[in-house]
Amino acid sequence: MEKNKNVTEEIIELKDVNKFTRRSFIKLTGGGILLYLTIGNLPLYSQDERRIQHEMPTDFNAYLKIGTDGRVTCYTGKIEMGQGVITSLAQMLADEIDVALENVDMVMGDTDLCPWDMGTFGSMSTHVFGAELRKAGAKARRTLLEIGAEYLKVPEENLEINNGVIFNSKNKNVKVSYAELAKENKIDRETKSETSIKIPSEFNTINRNFKRRDAFEKVTGKAKYSADIQLPDMLYAKILRPPAHNVKLLEVDTSEAQNVDGVQIIKESDIIAVLHKYPDVAESALSKIKTKYDNPEIKLDDKNIFEHLLNVAPEGKVVANDGDIKTGEQNSKFIFDETYYNDYVAHSPMEPHTAVASVENDKVTVWASTQTPFRAKDEVANALDFKPENVRIITPFVGGGFGGKSRNLQVVEAARLSKICGKPVQVAWTRKEEFFYDSFRPAAIVKIRSGISDAGKINLWDYNVYYAGERGSKQFYNIPNHQTVVYSSNLTGVAGTHPFATGPWRAPGANTNTFARESQIDNMAAKAGIDPLEFRLQNLSDNKMIRVLNTAADAFGWKTHNTGSGKGYGLSCAIEVGTYVASMAEVDVDKLTGKVKVNRIVCVQDMGLVINPEGATMQIEGGITMGLGYALSEGLHFKGEEVLDLNYDTYNIPRFSWLPEIKTIILDNKDSEPLGGGEPAIVNIGALIANAIYNAMGIRMFILPMTPERIKEAAKKE
Amino acid sequence: MKKRITFNLNGKPVAIDAEGERKLIWVLRVDFGLTGTKYGCGESFCGACTVIVNGYAERSCQLNIQNVQDKDVITIEGLLNGDKLHPLQKAFMDNDALQCGYCTPGMILNAFSFLNKHPDPSIQEIKTGMENNLCRCGAHKRIIEAVQSASKEMKGVH
Ligand code: FES
Ligand code: FES
Repeated sequence: MEKNKNVTEEIIELKDVNKFTRRSFIKLTGGGILLYLTIGNLPLYSQDERRIQHEMPTDFNAYLKIGTDGRVTCYTGKIEMGQGVITSLAQMLADEIDVALENVDMVMGDTDLCPWDMGTFGSMSTHVFGAELRKAGAKARRTLLEIGAEYLKVPEENLEINNGVIFNSKNKNVKVSYAELAKENKIDRETKSETSIKIPSEFNTINRNFKRRDAFEKVTGKAKYSADIQLPDMLYAKILRPPAHNVKLLEVDTSEAQNVDGVQIIKESDIIAVLHKYPDVAESALSKIKTKYDNPEIKLDDKNIFEHLLNVAPEGKVVANDGDIKTGEQNSKFIFDETYYNDYVAHSPMEPHTAVASVENDKVTVWASTQTPFRAKDEVANALDFKPENVRIITPFVGGGFGGKSRNLQVVEAARLSKICGKPVQVAWTRKEEFFYDSFRPAAIVKIRSGISDAGKINLWDYNVYYAGERGSKQFYNIPNHQTVVYSSNLTGVAGTHPFATGPWRAPGANTNTFARESQIDNMAAKAGIDPLEFRLQNLSDNKMIRVLNTAADAFGWKTHNTGSGKGYGLSCAIEVGTYVASMAEVDVDKLTGKVKVNRIVCVQDMGLVINPEGATMQIEGGITMGLGYALSEGLHFKGEEVLDLNYDTYNIPRFSWLPEIKTIILDNKDSEPLGGGEPAIVNIGALIANAIYNAMGIRMFILPMTPERIKEAAKKE
Repeated sequence: MKKRITFNLNGKPVAIDAEGERKLIWVLRVDFGLTGTKYGCGESFCGACTVIVNGYAERSCQLNIQNVQDKDVITIEGLLNGDKLHPLQKAFMDNDALQCGYCTPGMILNAFSFLNKHPDPSIQEIKTGMENNLCRCGAHKRIIEAVQSASKEMKGVH
């Protein structure tokens, strides 16, 4: 199953064994009804062999509590980082368990309270976890019904449930609420009967718009992010950082920093930190440390990186193929040999990595901005040599992640420093540290050899992707002879590949792969003299794709436009985590400056059942807006292992003035399961804009980002 | 050298003994525990740390504490009037103008300042006025809508 591969890329070797037992959960909660739910066949849990050392509870992996006030609390290892699952997961649960949304509480990302979870990434929360949560909710409802039947002494089949009240459908006065049952019961149990989730006609809260549940806290400044955790006696730590990755510290003199009033300096072999009760004082003391580093020879930079990457490329792996490449060549009138590139891209969430750790004796609690609290737990246990059960990670609100908060360097730093100094310690990275230690979206290369017949039928597709990974690499056109080869599906790359850390970035790999595929399709359409929409439709047989394309064309008012007018129209389509997405754009390109202005974008998605249509729309808009960055401006500058972009003065992310008119359409498909929502819209943006630029200028861009300089350069060559 | 600095913080007179060059953001967050003011870049590029000084937006990561002597400082916490939301806060909620919410306090306060100068802005003016506040989640579209709807609401009030 493809979706599982996408998430296992994120796993690291975990050494420790965590045991979760019913008793450990009972300990943590007061009265009420506990529902341990086995949500079977949860692919994230069951199919990952590398998780075997990590002992899972054998009999449950979800956990709900009905409080004596009738409120339903869901404990989940997922975290809220802006994607809105705090609302959408609660909606799913509320509907299945039959209570009002406002009666559902979410406890998220707390490793002491929540069952193990791999992490929050890859559009998986709604798609995989949410589906299982619904089943759990349905089971819980049935369990409550059974308890209610015993309590009321009415057979189950005569009972109905409405908003947390179980009543006799023949005599509505015979009733009991979940709250009352919870007062009577201190039990954990699970129904033995088969249960099924609701069908669309039964929905109360699913497929309805609800405002974000975290909005009030976020507009009033009450929402707590990790840096907002302030503990008594807490010290702020600032850590000495090298000027480049992989350089050696030769000399260090901390004497001047030591003189700053109230400062504590920690010097270990691999970490030197300045601690103070004020972060700004710690920072200025840090700047007083004198250092000398060695000066390794600079080999790589942002210009020669692609050559290097091709040189060290590992063996390719064929992930899809059909027909025969030779035959494809013979049957093609025109052959297209092209190479596409993209630069390294930063995650750059507005909240930098932060953690607050408090070590007491052999126990530690850490508040962390992380997408992977359970991995952080293992990492901290390893680093401190603590028993895993003595490590608790609490995840407050996370200020954006996009895949970048899956590594937990800052978590381990805070925990180690707290252990050494015996006080709570906050490590909040500066923006500079955030750029320096980011696990960038890898620079990548795609080589495509494709061919079409006289009539514009695609007969050949030989697709080779380096470093971006497999996701989004498989083409979905009707091509008799094709193969897709992935060179290095590992986004982090083996040692010697990338000059710094790399990793998954919102829709890992798919941005690169969609850029290459959809640019190449456009390229062939232009050569064949066929409108790019028409060309795609001619070469497609997937009805879902045809439907999203046609819907987009109607909404956009797609027409064939001659190239070269300065105004351009482009399109791109993709399948991402099961979601079908088609996008169209209009741009203006200034030939003299190379500047691109995106005027409007239409995006159509078939994403199956939508839990919260407004929330999904927000994610689409967010993906489109964020995507303009990697399309037009975001490419990391570096020299050797020194990162040159360290703040937003040189690293340009999308701003208000970039914002096109955005129109989103979500096709009604309630009967299908919910599919990915946070990622599909962003994957089209590179090709979408490249294709529109082609239409505007008659110039094809083969590298992302398409900066004004690169556009001018390409125009000159033409 | 430490000195005593007095100013109005969210409508109340406050005093602090501090080095005059300490940046306002850290005094607010650490000394006053007002953590709604966010650190995003520390170098004036993002606007997450925006606060209102005498009616207009300032970047608290750049502002020396001695420069707010005798001035009126409003942070996101001060925008709430009892439990009544400011029209901008309400508009951000009603328009779902946030995702991770980390840029939100700065966005709201920058909009507050902007609307002081432009009570009846066009979309284009809002874009220009908000240009230097960054949002990575891509909530821009709804932020513009929220600012516009708040401007209408506020005109009705005044
Ligand atoms: S933190 Fe002050 S402008 Fe970014
Ligand atoms: S909502 Fe996340 S940065 Fe703006």
